[in-house]
Amino acid sequence: MSLCLQARQLSCERDDRSLFTGLDLDIRSGEIVRIEGPNGSGKTSLLKILSGQLSDYQGELFWNGAPMKRVREHFLANLLYLGHAPGIKAGLSPLENLAWYQALSGEQNVGGHSEDQRLDALEQVGLAGFEDVPAGQLSAGQQRRVALARLTLSPRALWILDEPFTAIDRHGVAALERQLTMHAEAGGCVIVTTHHALTASPLLRRIALG
Amino acid sequence: MWAFIHKLGSPKWFYGISAKLQPWFWAAAALLLLVGSLWGLVFAPADYQQGNSFRIIYVHVPAAFLAQSIFISMAVSGLVFMVWKIKVADMAAAVMAPLGAAMTIVALFSGAVWGVPTWGTWWMWDARLTSMLILLFLYLGVIALRGAFSSRDSASRAASVLAMVGVINIPIIKYSVDWWYTLHQPASFTLTSRPTMPTEMWLPLVIMVLGFYSFFIALTLMRTRSEILRREASKRWVQDLVNGQTVHVQAEETR
Amino acid sequence: MHSTSHSASDSSSDGAARSASQRSAHGSSPSALESALQEAGAVKEAQAWPLLEHQGGLMLAVKATLVRDLTLLLRRRGEVLNPLVFFALVITLFPIAISPDPELLAVIAPGLLWVAALLAALLSLDSLFRSDYDDGSLEQLLLATQPLAALSLAKVAVHWLLTGLPLALMAPLLGIMLALPAGSYAVLALSLALGTASLSLIGAIGAALTVGLARGGVLLSLLILPLYIPVLIFGAGAVQAAILGDGVAAHLAILGALLAAALMLAPWAIAASLRISING
Repeated sequence: MSLCLQARQLSCERDDRSLFTGLDLDIRSGEIVRIEGPNGSGKTSLLKILSGQLSDYQGELFWNGAPMKRVREHFLANLLYLGHAPGIKAGLSPLENLAWYQALSGEQNVGGHSEDQRLDALEQVGLAGFEDVPAGQLSAGQQRRVALARLTLSPRALWILDEPFTAIDRHGVAALERQLTMHAEAGGCVIVTTHHALTASPLLRRIALG
Repeated sequence: MWAFIHKLGSPKWFYGISAKLQPWFWAAAALLLLVGSLWGLVFAPADYQQGNSFRIIYVHVPAAFLAQSIFISMAVSGLVFMVWKIKVADMAAAVMAPLGAAMTIVALFSGAVWGVPTWGTWWMWDARLTSMLILLFLYLGVIALRGAFSSRDSASRAASVLAMVGVINIPIIKYSVDWWYTLHQPASFTLTSRPTMPTEMWLPLVIMVLGFYSFFIALTLMRTRSEILRREASKRWVQDLVNGQTVHVQAEETR
Repeated sequence: MHSTSHSASDSSSDGAARSASQRSAHGSSPSALESALQEAGAVKEAQAWPLLEHQGGLMLAVKATLVRDLTLLLRRRGEVLNPLVFFALVITLFPIAISPDPELLAVIAPGLLWVAALLAALLSLDSLFRSDYDDGSLEQLLLATQPLAALSLAKVAVHWLLTGLPLALMAPLLGIMLALPAGSYAVLALSLALGTASLSLIGAIGAALTVGLARGGVLLSLLILPLYIPVLIFGAGAVQAAILGDGVAAHLAILGALLAAALMLAPWAIAASLRISING
């Protein structure tokens, strides 16, 4: 089953200021969709609407053809959203942070088996050796990497990423870009905002706001 | 039913219909308040125990009634806004809050004035006055919360939730305060709790209560209308209205 | 940028007409648009990612949230101790401000202990959702497949365990300092333990409503204190009844009833408030 997220006549107005009007979107498997626009053009608001956080909009959202309101749970089970803030607790170690996210999504095997998964995921984002350090002692870029480890750890089809490259070094940016492409090639789907210039790819599609 | 609710939800439609309703409520309010106050303050007999000071009842009781009713209608408006996303309901709730707070202050003040001849003091921790004071704090909370948000949509929804939480708590607060009062019994006499009241005394009271309600409805309609204009200032129908063009108030939906 | 939403609804473009028909067909069977969307989805056949069904695991998520919040708070012990120190400090102020006379203190002790404990519990509420809001984990909590009401209940439970319960256990000690008459100590602790649970639940609504505001602290007290009054009346009433030798069962039963009502209703209000706050 291929996924598709559709929006029909999406309008968002925040305090009398119209951010976008009559937006139609068709986002499908195998795509990297980049939302573009100047600051304040409503990129984050659009991502929050698409991820079901903002309810203050007009228009309709469809997940695999069904109205979003009816299939919200199924949608959320397949969504991984990373916002401006990485969502990493400073008082917990990277391993503990990831364990909570795994439990939160109802992944049953939080025993030794998935401890290995978490260690692998952290190694992939270049945090080997930092597994048990409180996240508050890590740099901003490293904290962002802990959040990005969730991309490997949780096999979700739809990634919605708000400025995922923030605070990440050049090496990490390249690795993340590769990861996005691989995810799209494997039939997943990525919606992303970024000020980075993404390398051109047949999978990449741009949507301009503002 | 759905179509009706949506029609009601259109600020433009509401603006039109409220213009027609408003004069009737103003007229009713003026008439009822005039008759009620004349009857109550001049013609009704004096109380055998309290003399003429009991006449404060004709202000105190309607204000206290209204203070509670406004909170309930504010919460209902909040519910309507949250469930059906009808913006007019929120505009009404927004203008009701200061009105309700004002009524609560009127009730508190008239109660305090009444306390002077009855108890010989301006303030007594009487069950009704205490509940009324807590109600004032609830109103102030809703008003403060609405003012604290920079985004109007969030402010509206937060105020709606708080009003609903408050309205669930009002009966609980009322009963617990009554219970607390009977336990401590600092005074044996309570305002307005009287076994029987002759007809010539309570009939003007009923008229005054109705007059206060009409006044509240008329004022709410008027203030909601100006709130509509303020919030919809960027919409075309409002600009047409301001520019003096005729607006056809139809059953169509304006969003 | 389009000027207003009017331009879209006035234009007779296909999309606008279709969405209007969609809107009017509220609640009816799947419309033509929906099936058209499904067909369109079937045409393009890319390699498909296996979609997951929601797998439950509510208890797992609630337990993990409980453990996470407990761990976080226990690693910053200062925050757990602060309300207790505040409680003791406020109780110290009263004999100094009023009189050290044990007879007078004994009369006002139940009320003082309850008011001070209530304020101490209130002070710690502001931080209940604050750090989650700041570091972005609140967004993730909202996007979990688990009901937000259940997850926020777990957070409130931790707040009570580390604030309300310690306050209740500490209160008898401060009761001695206020010459609280013998025989009421157990009731004091029990009424506080029951009452502070309701206070945590009701207070969490206020905390959720104000978490998005930069300076929500004072506003939070303004919103929440009026709602605390019933709990205060029956809590302090229970201790007074114990001193007078009256039965305390009725008071404790009402406190229990208030707690049951708060348990049923507050989680939904907290969840709704958190969704509002995250909207900004």
